[in-house]
This record gives sequence, C-alpha cells and structure tokens, in this order.
Amino acid sequence: MDKILVGLKRVVDYNVRVRVRSDGSGVETDGVKMSINPFDEIALEEALRIKERGDASEVIVVSIGGNDSQQQLRTGLAMGADRAILVDSGETRDPLTYARVFLALIERENPGLVILGKQAIDDDNSQTGQMLAALWDRPQATFASKLEVNGDKATVTREVDVGLEIVEIDLPAVVTVDLRMNEPRYVKLPDIMKAKKKPLDTIDIAELNIEQAPAIKEVNFEPPSDREKGVLVDDVAGLVAALKDKGLL
Amino acid sequence: MPKVLIVAEHADGKANPSTAKCVACASAIPDAEIHVVVLSDDSENVANELATLAGVARVIRVDNSQNSNTIAAVQAPQVVAVTDGYSHVFGPSTTFGKDLMPRVAALLGVNQVSDIMEVLGSHSFKRPVYAGNAVVTVETPSDSIVVATVRVASYRSAPNDGDATIDAVTIDAELPVHTRFLELQAGSADRPDLQTAATVVSGGRALGSTESFDLIYKLADALGAGVGASRAAVDAGYVPNEMQVGQTGKIIAPDLYIAIGISGAIQHLTGIKDAGTIVAINKDGEAPIFEVADIGLVGDLFTIVPELQDAVS
Ligand SMILES: Cc1cc2nc3c(=O)[nH]c(=O)nc-3n(C[C@H](O)[C@H](O)[C@H](O)COP(=O)(O)OP(=O)(O)OC[C@H]3O[C@@H](n4cnc5c(N)ncnc54)[C@H](O)[C@@H]3O)c2cc1C
Repeated sequence: MDKILVGLKRVVDYNVRVRVRSDGSGVETDGVKMSINPFDEIALEEALRIKERGDASEVIVVSIGGNDSQQQLRTGLAMGADRAILVDSGETRDPLTYARVFLALIERENPGLVILGKQAIDDDNSQTGQMLAALWDRPQATFASKLEVNGDKATVTREVDVGLEIVEIDLPAVVTVDLRMNEPRYVKLPDIMKAKKKPLDTIDIAELNIEQAPAIKEVNFEPPSDREKGVLVDDVAGLVAALKDKGLL
Repeated sequence: MPKVLIVAEHADGKANPSTAKCVACASAIPDAEIHVVVLSDDSENVANELATLAGVARVIRVDNSQNSNTIAAVQAPQVVAVTDGYSHVFGPSTTFGKDLMPRVAALLGVNQVSDIMEVLGSHSFKRPVYAGNAVVTVETPSDSIVVATVRVASYRSAPNDGDATIDAVTIDAELPVHTRFLELQAGSADRPDLQTAATVVSGGRALGSTESFDLIYKLADALGAGVGASRAAVDAGYVPNEMQVGQTGKIIAPDLYIAIGISGAIQHLTGIKDAGTIVAINKDGEAPIFEVADIGLVGDLFTIVPELQDAVS
C-alpha cells in the first residue's frame, strides 16, 4: 500500500485532573498540559510499524483544530511520520465534520488505510472513525488490538464486550485502535530536530467545501455528582459487619 | 409526538439486557412511542422476548442471512432503511452500539449523542465527558433526527409486562461484503455477567500474576459475584480484555463493587461511579480509591482476601 493516514487530536493530557469552569462554559484549559490523544498515538505507532515492515510507503498525520495542534503534529513527525496536514477548522469541532474532512483528504491522498484512535479522551464521543467509514462506504474495524495487513486485505482483532472478535476487511478501510494494540515509541531529541524539516501543510477548512453538519449545542458543563466519603474499618470482621449492616451480605 | 426506534442487541437467540435499558431511557422522553428493530438471520425468539418489554409498542423484525454476525457496515444501511418517520434512533453504548450507531448517524447526516445518562427533554440530554470528570448538557437541533447511544449503567431495565405487536419487514438494500466475520473468542460464561451482576469483585496490578488472580475468582464465587479488573491487570495479561472496567472498558453499576489492589485512577473510577456500595482493599491508605469508597480496609490483600472468603463462605 502506498499511504496511511493517521489522525492526531490535541487533547488535555490524560494525567490532568480536569476541572469544570465555574460559569459552566466548559472545562479549564488555560495553562493545562495538552497532548496527543493517547489512542491516536497508538494509531500512529501502528502505522509506523506497518511502514517499517515494508507494507506502506508513507505515513501522513492529520490534525483538525486550531493552529496550536501543530505541536501535536510536530510530535507525530518526530515519532516518524513523513508529513503532516493541519486542517484549521476554526470553531467547528464535531465528529461528522471531522469525518467529512478526512473524506476530503482521502480524495486527495488515496490512502490504503486510515488509522484513528477509538475515541478521544476529551469528548469521549467515539464516532469519527465509524462515520468516516460510512461516508467513504468502506469497511470499519473498530476497537482493534491487532492489525495484520496482507496485500489488499487486513485481519483485525477487535476488543468487544464478550471477548475478542476477528474480522477480515478489504482495503482501503478505516481501523480505530484500542489501548492494547502496541506501546508507542519515545521520541528522541535528534528526531525532534529532524521533524522540524519535515513538511507541515495547513489547509483552511473552507477550501475543502465541507457541508455544514447540524451542530449539537453544549449548553452547560457541571462537575459529576460526588460520592460521599465513606468509613474505614479495621479488619475483615469490621468489613463483614459493615456489609451486613447495609444488607449486602 | 416523539417516535423512538431502538436497535436491539442480541446473541444466540437472546436479547442482551442493554436493549431493555435503552427502552427505559427512551421511556424518559415525554409521550414517546417506542419501537424496537431486530436485525438477525432468525429474529423470532428475540422479537418475542422484546415484545414483552413495558413501553414498547412495536417490534420490527428484519431477517437476512447476512445478519448472522453483527457487522456495522452491513447493519447500518438496514437500520437507516427503517428510520423513516422516527424522531429518534437509540442503541446501547456497548461495543455493539458504539460500533454501529455512529455509522447510522453519518448515513443520516447527523452527529450522534454518545452515552446519554439522563434525558431532560426530547432534544436535551446529559452525557459524561473527560472520563466522567464533567457532565455536559447537550441540545440537538429540533429539525433533525436524533441518533444516540445510551449509557446502559445509568438505567434499570424496563420491566417485562408489555405486549407489543410484531411485524416483519424486508429490505432490499444492497449490502456490502467487504467485511467478513472470522471468529469470536468469547470468555467463559461460568460466572455472572460483569455488566449485570449485582456484586462485582475486581482485582488490579497488585495481584501480580494470573495464579494470584485466583484469589479474586475464589472470593467472587463465594459471593456469587462477577469478576472485573483494572487496565493494568489486563495489560499485564493476568486476565482477558473483556474484564476491564473503566473509561475504555466496561461501565458498570452493581449494588456492591469490591476493588482489590486497585489504586483508583480516574479512568477506572469512571467505570464504577454508579455502583451502590464501593469497598476498597488496598495497602496504601492514601490510594485515591479511598476517596470514593464507602467502606475501606487498609492492608495486604494476600492476607485479607482469603480471610474475607472464609468469612463469607
Ligand atoms: C486513555 C486511557 C484509558 C484508560 N482506561 C482505563 C480503564 O478503562 N480502566 C482502568 O482500570 N484503567 C484505565 N487506564 C489506566 C489507569 O490510568 C491506571 O493506570 C490503571 O487503572 C491502574 O491499574 P491498577 O489500579 O490495577 O494499578 P496501580 O495503579 O499500579 O495500583 C495498584 C494498587 O495496588 C495496591 N497494592 C499493591 N500491593 C498490594 C497488596 N499486597 N495488598 C493491597 N494492595 C496492594 C497499591 O497500593 C496500588 O494502589 C487508562 C489510562 C489511559 C491513559
């Protein structure tokens, strides 16, 4: 296969304790560490491994969002991607638009595979990959923990509620990855230097003539309801007594 | 009047409990008429079972030999073909629904509302974001169809005292053959299902090995409980992936959850927030799990768990 397209979303780092703004307008992002969505990093690692095995010739990383997403694309280039595309989407941030943007890029680049994370850890939507596959009218293999490319087909192991499901898909296709697919490599300093010379193109979303998706309005954010702090017991006897007290034993 | 179509989840001729939970969620929409669609190669038993769900007016059977396995690319066009006249299409936020529903939404040209945890009105819902660190109220446009998944842990199953009509429809859409099911490696079904069990015992990284995880199974069996695990325990290979509880595993709401040797990372906690009572057993009194536990016991699990097993046997 010629090319693999990988999506890299800029999100609040998974180690950050997210706080809701007091006016309910969203969560606090000022001064907060931002990173590549962890699932997307795994997607990129998988694409790089496919290329290193000789099953693909180019890995292109794509981010849709604001200019600040360049940072995540540079990290992707340092990991080993060949080039990067930033689609500046202004305020528009919804999965259907993301899927339509990817479709427009697919028409330009003709990839054999699009690998995305199974969800982004900010909005936890888990929609973009499935939507892209629908619009592209191609196979989707979601929640993948193993991906083997064999010519114009791939065998994918999916993590599903009852266990593991194995499917065969024709390429091109969309694969969304789960956590156990691989462990992403660390970026080394020389790679960061090299990445500065790799191409990063910015496209304004208006150039892609994307149809506007009916937006879902986020009207208010609130913290989740807290659980009350409980009691400590001293030993197993105390635990059993406490459970009996609650009618649970 | 809102008209809700629910896409049924089922396997081996039986409905998955997630469908009854979707019905409960849809019932929270004022004046909603609720229908359920069953895509199968032989839907008769599942349709009969679902027709008893309180609140369901009609069950639609779509039989097709290509539905013998649940392949989203095959099922999505069939769902879309029966959505005419509906204001809402719901599916469960299990791996079945998460795979299928966004594909349906895209074909219908709308964004999806993922993981409804509360219905505020026909076009207004609450859903968790940021691993459950925030809850957002969303409003969907009133002039387009609502496609959503239901966070099943937020709902109790609709009761079984209903009596819906059942009809069969045939759909002549050309269905793709580019995705082929090869194999399902299902875990053992000896224990209560993690997603519906009243009691769940979970083990974490502290167990240290597959052999030691036996302690968790033994305690669970003494309690008649389902068994779960943290991601660290799954990643380390102590237990299979279907046992993972949390943001990227299963979201569960048992009456009693016992977390053993689990630190309580936010990604884990989001999977158990709705549990009735949380018990934590951990040797580190400062572990974050104690911030959410109703009952905590600080100590070494390797001495506590066998003692507890004896005490409850
Ligand atoms: C994108 C993303 C998604 C994630 N999704 C999930 C998810 O769905 N589910 C999930 O669980 N995690 C998830 N994680 C991982 C999560 O952040 C934690 O790393 C994980 O939950 C830790 O597992 P643990 O509590 O078993 O291990 P640890 O954090 O290592 O905790 C082990 C605990 O055992 C205690 N202990 C050790 N020895 C003993 C003993 N002898 N007796 C008693 N206690 C002992 C220790 O004090 C410690 O608290 C995710 C992470 C990311 C980045």
